[in-house]
Amino acid sequence: MLPALTAYALFVLWPIVKTIKYAFYSWDGILPAKWVGLANFKTVFTDHQLLGTLGHSLELIIFFSIIPVTLGLAVATVMNRVASRRISSTARAVLFLPQVVPLVAAGIAWSWVLSSSGVVNEVLKAIGLGGVTRPWLGDFGTALPAVGLIGAWVLLGLCTVLLLAGMSKIDRALYEAAQLDGAGPVREFLSITLPGLRNEIAVCVTVTVIAALSAFDIVYISTRGGPGYATTVPGLEIYQLAFFNRQVGLASALAVVLMVIVILAILPIQLLTRKDGDS
Amino acid sequence: MIIARRSSWSGGALLVFLMAVTLLPFMSLFTTALHESGTYPRGLDWPSHPHWHNFIEAFHVANMGVIFKSSVLIVIGVVPVSILIATMAGFGLGHLRVRGGRVVFLLFLLGLTLPFEGVIVPLYYEIRGFGLLNTRWAIILPLIGLFMPFGVYWMRAHFLNLPQELSEAARVDGATTWQLFWRIHIPLARPAVTSLGILLTVWTWNQFLLAIVLVDDPTKRTMAGALGAFQGQWGTNIPLLSAGSLLILTPTLVVFLVFQRHFVAALLQGSLKG
Repeated sequence: MLPALTAYALFVLWPIVKTIKYAFYSWDGILPAKWVGLANFKTVFTDHQLLGTLGHSLELIIFFSIIPVTLGLAVATVMNRVASRRISSTARAVLFLPQVVPLVAAGIAWSWVLSSSGVVNEVLKAIGLGGVTRPWLGDFGTALPAVGLIGAWVLLGLCTVLLLAGMSKIDRALYEAAQLDGAGPVREFLSITLPGLRNEIAVCVTVTVIAALSAFDIVYISTRGGPGYATTVPGLEIYQLAFFNRQVGLASALAVVLMVIVILAILPIQLLTRKDGDS
Repeated sequence: MIIARRSSWSGGALLVFLMAVTLLPFMSLFTTALHESGTYPRGLDWPSHPHWHNFIEAFHVANMGVIFKSSVLIVIGVVPVSILIATMAGFGLGHLRVRGGRVVFLLFLLGLTLPFEGVIVPLYYEIRGFGLLNTRWAIILPLIGLFMPFGVYWMRAHFLNLPQELSEAARVDGATTWQLFWRIHIPLARPAVTSLGILLTVWTWNQFLLAIVLVDDPTKRTMAGALGAFQGQWGTNIPLLSAGSLLILTPTLVVFLVFQRHFVAALLQGSLKG
């Protein structure tokens, strides 16, 4: 146990403590640090740009979390009930692919697909929607949703596979009983499938919310936070502040806020499902 | 019956559509990679003269051989040690149930939710203090630490499910704790260890943030980190960049296809034990 704890303490716990400590100082990384109390946190919560990054990551939750989980539910239902086995297992493997490749490669591929002469615009032109074509990642209005879609693409497979595994554990007899009672497919889904998947849904939401809040690779590669600050997320901002603007204290304050937000977001999900799940 | 058939058809269509969307970026990379270096091909155009040697050129300009070796070295540095110490800790927490274990375990749980960005700043100064910046150790050592929450959590879950009688029997035969661990529990833990190994390998290979922050020299980075540098350098030469990206994601694809069953199962257990 000790070696693991040592490695963990040295490269995780200690840095967390240091992050919290830096957050109370103004430091450029070279000259002696100056104690500034809560000033950095005040900046985080008042500065437009920094608040904006937090807002962006909340918006990304819609794409990273809500879309993969709902769409994943739909896809898993289809695989489980309707589609032939061969299509299902192929689809499972294919949808899972994005989970395996480096996010960096995914970012490069998508920034090309979404570029002004990319596949998306070519398809739009072909179906007569030439008017809406644009460089999706370079447009102030569409850049953040476009980044979000890349995230949804990455996470859909994971959610689908998780939910599918959950569905296979639900007792078939429940469905037969429901059918005898005259329940339709929708009713079955709402009163058997959804409650039965409570734990799996909680896991999906937890994993994807963390992914949304700590997004870095995709944004760094596909937009560098641009255009302007339209897609800057906390992870990227921490990186910029600490290693380019030499505002280590401010970067750490943002990091602390980010870690707290992650815990605040995850705790209710875990408590809600644990309470009536295990006991 | 008609309804059932129609919903089956639309369900199948949904799956096919999603598969197409999933594969689209890969196909786009592939067709683009075959265009003449330095051009801006449109959409999914298949080039009239496929430039297969783009792959060779990308291999050379990205120093792919060196990067590959570097990534392998990093994986060798991270994965076996992580597995060993995570297994020992998991054994202590899950099977021996050492005193104070609950507190330690909660401490590890906390780390499961941690975004790497939360610790990257102090890590940079810590690694600099050790004088390890720009070496592979700068990626290896922190990653071992950062993988501990998941690794310990994973192995603990495995050991929790083993019957205590097993150890008692061995104890009666006079085995020490150390022998118990190596002779009996390690062999039994093979499936759990294999899954953990696959996951950690892929996560190490794809690690990006640590690589770009802690190591300036792309030839000492992970594959993903090196790709970031490659993009910075060759970002305007789209076909070459596409070829390079494909080369870099091939190894993980191969691992995935070979271990597909194992892989999915591993991830599933990993998330569900939560």
